[in-house]
Amino acid sequence: MNQLSNEPIYTTVWIGSLAHWAIGSFGVSMDLARNWRLKDQRYRLAGTICNNCGTKFFPPREVCTECKSRDLRVHEFDGHGAVYSFTTLTQAPMGFEEMVPYIIGMIKLDEGPMIEAQITDVNPSDVKIGQRVEMVTRKLREYGDAGLIVYGYKFRPLANGN
Amino acid sequence: MRSVSIVGIGQTKVKEHWDKSLRQLATSAVLDAMQDAHVDHADALYVGNMLSGELTGQENLGALIADEVGLRGIEALKVEAACGGGGGALRVGYLAVASGQFDAVIVLGAEKLTESSNCNTTASLAMAADADYEAAHGISFVALNALLMRRYMHEYDLVPEDFAGFSINSHANAINNPNAMFRAALSREQYKNSRGVADPISVMDSAPIGDGAAAVVLMATDQLNGNRARAIKIAASASATDSISLHDRHDPLWLSAVELSAKKAYAQAGITAKDINVFELHDAFSIMSVMSLEASGFAERGRGIHFARDGEIAPQGKLPISTMGGLKARGHPVGATGVYQAVEAVTQLRGEAGKNQVPNARVAMTQSLGGVAANAVTHIFVN
Repeated sequence: MNQLSNEPIYTTVWIGSLAHWAIGSFGVSMDLARNWRLKDQRYRLAGTICNNCGTKFFPPREVCTECKSRDLRVHEFDGHGAVYSFTTLTQAPMGFEEMVPYIIGMIKLDEGPMIEAQITDVNPSDVKIGQRVEMVTRKLREYGDAGLIVYGYKFRPLANGN
Repeated sequence: MRSVSIVGIGQTKVKEHWDKSLRQLATSAVLDAMQDAHVDHADALYVGNMLSGELTGQENLGALIADEVGLRGIEALKVEAACGGGGGALRVGYLAVASGQFDAVIVLGAEKLTESSNCNTTASLAMAADADYEAAHGISFVALNALLMRRYMHEYDLVPEDFAGFSINSHANAINNPNAMFRAALSREQYKNSRGVADPISVMDSAPIGDGAAAVVLMATDQLNGNRARAIKIAASASATDSISLHDRHDPLWLSAVELSAKKAYAQAGITAKDINVFELHDAFSIMSVMSLEASGFAERGRGIHFARDGEIAPQGKLPISTMGGLKARGHPVGATGVYQAVEAVTQLRGEAGKNQVPNARVAMTQSLGGVAANAVTHIFVN
């Protein structure tokens, strides 16, 4: 129940209206609930681990791809890994135009899974395959002047990491 | 299951059709295919399309187009598998006839991509990938292919120019295809100097988006009657899936859905890769041509790149690919592309490909991919 009103229905309508307003203003929805639902993944790299065979997953899964078990629990990754591949975007999708050029990487986490994210705090010409990186929290995007600011994981090179 | 044949083909030119709507393009292709097949009726219509809702604000394409072409009342559905929707629609049409449910169906691929701004279209195309864990991080569809190309170059010690032969071949073939978007030759120098999009991928590695529609009429082979002379048999129809995101693949450089669907298709047709005379593959990016050749069994892992170097992919070569320009130069109206491939395969097997005719073409294969081969639909045709 929200603190401003004892009428949850009113709250729902208000959020709906806000989303509708955002569509009208920017041509895109702000995806309020959707961004909120992803907070554990975006801020803490919360994935899952299979209780049967021990395979770790990011993003989280409900069925183990290896042994098909449905018995998995939450596992938070430590965010360390190495660059498997990377690219620098010069033509961005809507919502990311102002960040161009930016670096996208596939990171092989030390704990197993691969993850795709932006690589930050480095010049594109200095990124290399095999380079050691760590997870940091950064701004992913903004939904216009009056819209949401979405935060989440990116990866930056470790000092002395090769 | 019954044998199924293609008895009619139709297509519009692929380009930026400012003067034509999605429904006009679709109607034109369907009516051409019906005329080519000498039929005025079909039992069902299946429409391959990816982004009509997002970019044109129009869904329910089945009902819309069935009515427009004078077939109000028949079964008509949209089939979606991102950029592989055209192949998916052909697969559904094949099943409908092979199963005995219908004797004659129309398969249409239709897409209008230029109704919106470039940034919006780029964002929409990224819907083929994982929305929460790829697109939400600003990862475009080109970026996904760039990640694979960079890693491929790293593992096999290559430079971007090693990929040039694929785009050069596609452009050379498009010159003789009146329905192609880019009917101009591409030189090695132009490839080398082309603008980067997501390094190492440049504009000249990438298929252009365009508007277009293509259609085929399928009939049960035992019901052909007067259509037998120009009928082309569908010897195999198979599809398979992989994880939608690259990060969920054990081996990102191997297109396992391509391998699975190709193997199923070879088994159904009772042939091997060696028997294919024409291969219309999904060359959305040069790296996709290379990896598709490997996963489809034409080259060892890491060796697909050599097809371009050695000139084996030209219409007179050992394995002609993209014979009417491919996605790269015919153009890539995403959900329609798989049906264009079928139209082109039929054109080759009828012996009507003009200057691009593959000599003695008897067996043709098409492969339509959705996402980075998260969905792979393979068809084999024989005359």
